[in-house]
Amino acid sequence: MSVAPAATAPPTRRRAWGSGVRGEALFALALLLPAAIVVFGVVLYPVARTFVISLFDVNSPLPGSYPFVGLSNYARVFRDPGFYPVLGHTLYFTLVSTAAELALGIAVALLLNAPLRARWFWRSLVVLPWALPTIVNGALWRWIYNGQYGALNGLLSTLHLSDAPHQWLGSPFLALNMVIVADVWKNTSIVVFFILAGLQTISSDLYESARMDGAGAWAAFWRITLPLLAPSIAVVLILRTIEAFKVFDIIYVMTGGGPASGTQTVAFYTYLQAFSNQLFGYGAALAYLIVLAVFALAMVYLRVLRQGEMAGIQ
Amino acid sequence: MSATPSPRTVPAPTATPSRRAVLAAGGGVGLAAFLSSCAVGGGGSSAGASGSGKGKVRALFMKQAGYSETDIRAMTTAFQKANPDIAVTADFVAYEALHDKIVAAAPAATYDVVLIDVIWPAEFGSKHIVADVTSKWPEPWKQQMLGGAVATPQFDSRFYGVPWILDTKYLFFNAAHLAKAKVDAGQLQSWDGVLKAARAVKSAGVVKYPLVWSWQQAEALICDYAKLLGAFGGTFLDAAGKPAFQHGGGVQALELMRQSIVDGLSNPTSTQSLEEDVRRVFSAGQASMALNWTYMYGMANDPKQSQVGGQVKVLQTPSGPNGRPGVNGSMALAVSAQSKNQDAAWKYITYLTSQPVQEKYALSSLPVWKASYDNPAVVKTNPAVVPQAKKQLADLILRPQVKTYNPISQALQAEIQKALLGSKSAQQALNDAADQAATLLGS
Repeated sequence: MSVAPAATAPPTRRRAWGSGVRGEALFALALLLPAAIVVFGVVLYPVARTFVISLFDVNSPLPGSYPFVGLSNYARVFRDPGFYPVLGHTLYFTLVSTAAELALGIAVALLLNAPLRARWFWRSLVVLPWALPTIVNGALWRWIYNGQYGALNGLLSTLHLSDAPHQWLGSPFLALNMVIVADVWKNTSIVVFFILAGLQTISSDLYESARMDGAGAWAAFWRITLPLLAPSIAVVLILRTIEAFKVFDIIYVMTGGGPASGTQTVAFYTYLQAFSNQLFGYGAALAYLIVLAVFALAMVYLRVLRQGEMAGIQ
Repeated sequence: MSATPSPRTVPAPTATPSRRAVLAAGGGVGLAAFLSSCAVGGGGSSAGASGSGKGKVRALFMKQAGYSETDIRAMTTAFQKANPDIAVTADFVAYEALHDKIVAAAPAATYDVVLIDVIWPAEFGSKHIVADVTSKWPEPWKQQMLGGAVATPQFDSRFYGVPWILDTKYLFFNAAHLAKAKVDAGQLQSWDGVLKAARAVKSAGVVKYPLVWSWQQAEALICDYAKLLGAFGGTFLDAAGKPAFQHGGGVQALELMRQSIVDGLSNPTSTQSLEEDVRRVFSAGQASMALNWTYMYGMANDPKQSQVGGQVKVLQTPSGPNGRPGVNGSMALAVSAQSKNQDAAWKYITYLTSQPVQEKYALSSLPVWKASYDNPAVVKTNPAVVPQAKKQLADLILRPQVKTYNPISQALQAEIQKALLGSKSAQQALNDAADQAATLLGS
């Protein structure tokens, strides 16, 4: 598209461009400028800056001249034996937490979509975990899981299910799963609300027709609800996958990456390398790889869903 | 939109450039300017300045162990009264966030004064994050301060701060628990005796786990390991500066730690605990013995904060076959190298570290000044800890003073935890940690 006048345009049009159109364009530019500055400042500048830093061997937060190393920080990521375990933890965390949040989110949304008494109250209640800051949520669950005086052991003991004090954050794999539970508790709310919004767009006529055709509740769910929820599922799946892949704060608060580095994720590892070890060049390369991975994930989702003609995104 | 413009849209040579062309050119010029002009590594200026000795000073402290936030605010108020032309703002973070906060704040020169741990002068000094204050250090201080204190802010014979919190871990025990189990406190002088006492307390049913430690994957774990390493004759590095903790005493120390968990003497929550968790468990009467910093004595004996108030006693760290060194857990106040008000910052530091101020708050943290330990007023402030401190502070083990301490410590923490959780033998875990440490030392 071009706003430039055609070469054959009459002189009158040329004058119009020279005054009115240009004035309009300048006005539009002036209106866009604040947003452009914000976007440049908080998105583009850090993105470009991080990329530049990833090409240098930056080992201090202070400005200075550091050796240019090209892509060797990126190559180092793949040679780093510490990277693969944290990548494994991140993939496991992303897969399990997103799947659990989606399954639970759909179930709770169906429940909240049913004609319940005081539905507004239940809907408000569900949003509470999501409204809680992640740092608070992490501290809360750290106390719940405490092996000495934690509420979970107390509950199991009160219900006479187990009197032994379990160390919920005591072994690497169990700790990773318990952090996932805390994450699911907090983030299922947002899935519920996306799905609930989707459910409300499905006409009740469809269910009525299905019922008349002899379909049961189960068949209606698989044949009507789920396919029509696909756009909502697509959006929430992308959002949650990206968020889960970047997980940092809940890990920082609940386990500090332990025990035995069993809950370290890529974002946490990146933080350690950049800030604790002052390997800013290497940390920047790791951060860029996270961005690329998240971008690839989002593309895969959109493609799969578009191919299935379910996403409703053209 | 087509990438190939149609003849109709090709701008005439005299026409105003298209919007796309303007944006592309602007973006290109901007990006080029950005790439060419910016220094890599952070914003801001790297040059600090002495300043006028007046004005605003912002300081960063930690919010645990040592002096409390209330103590520091009271000290600051008194300083401002004496120096009305200096306005101090004090910020507090958890110890675990302190290092990273100092690093992140350095380019913007947010802080004029920062509290640094004994393990950071090599890193912060060599990277010009804190200022070299060697020329400002009065010569007599070297004799007037305790040896462990003088070593705290030093790296390569240069001073990067003034020692302020002189601390090591002591052995705290619950006298009532030991009495119930008929254990003589005299046997707590050695690690063998401590384990024997723990077995007696456990079998008498006084508590399920007599020992609790700060063995979370954090620096606290290395502090506990350092004491045992020293007691069993190990060292972090050998004379050539290569990892040595995987030999002899280093392995024995870790084996003792692991065995105490296997035998049910150490609380299994230890691997998820920091010093504050240790204090809570001990203060709740759920442990009989624990290593911790000086501050625990006051808090665990305070009935308002503890269920075992009045029952807590303190001893020097127990001995092993090679003695009883305490871990040097001291901290120093440093002037930020980027600070534009370094003279005022130095005034504030010299006030906080002065003998009268340190003696006034001796219950929270013991002074760095030798003479304070003979001052009856100081002894009276903390009569239980001072006699132990006098012996312990003369015998300290330092963690490696190397620029890459942080990643080495992280590797060691992870491998020690693997041994504690039983997924590796002590020897294997330390061998693996030593391999990683050797690479980091060579990098």
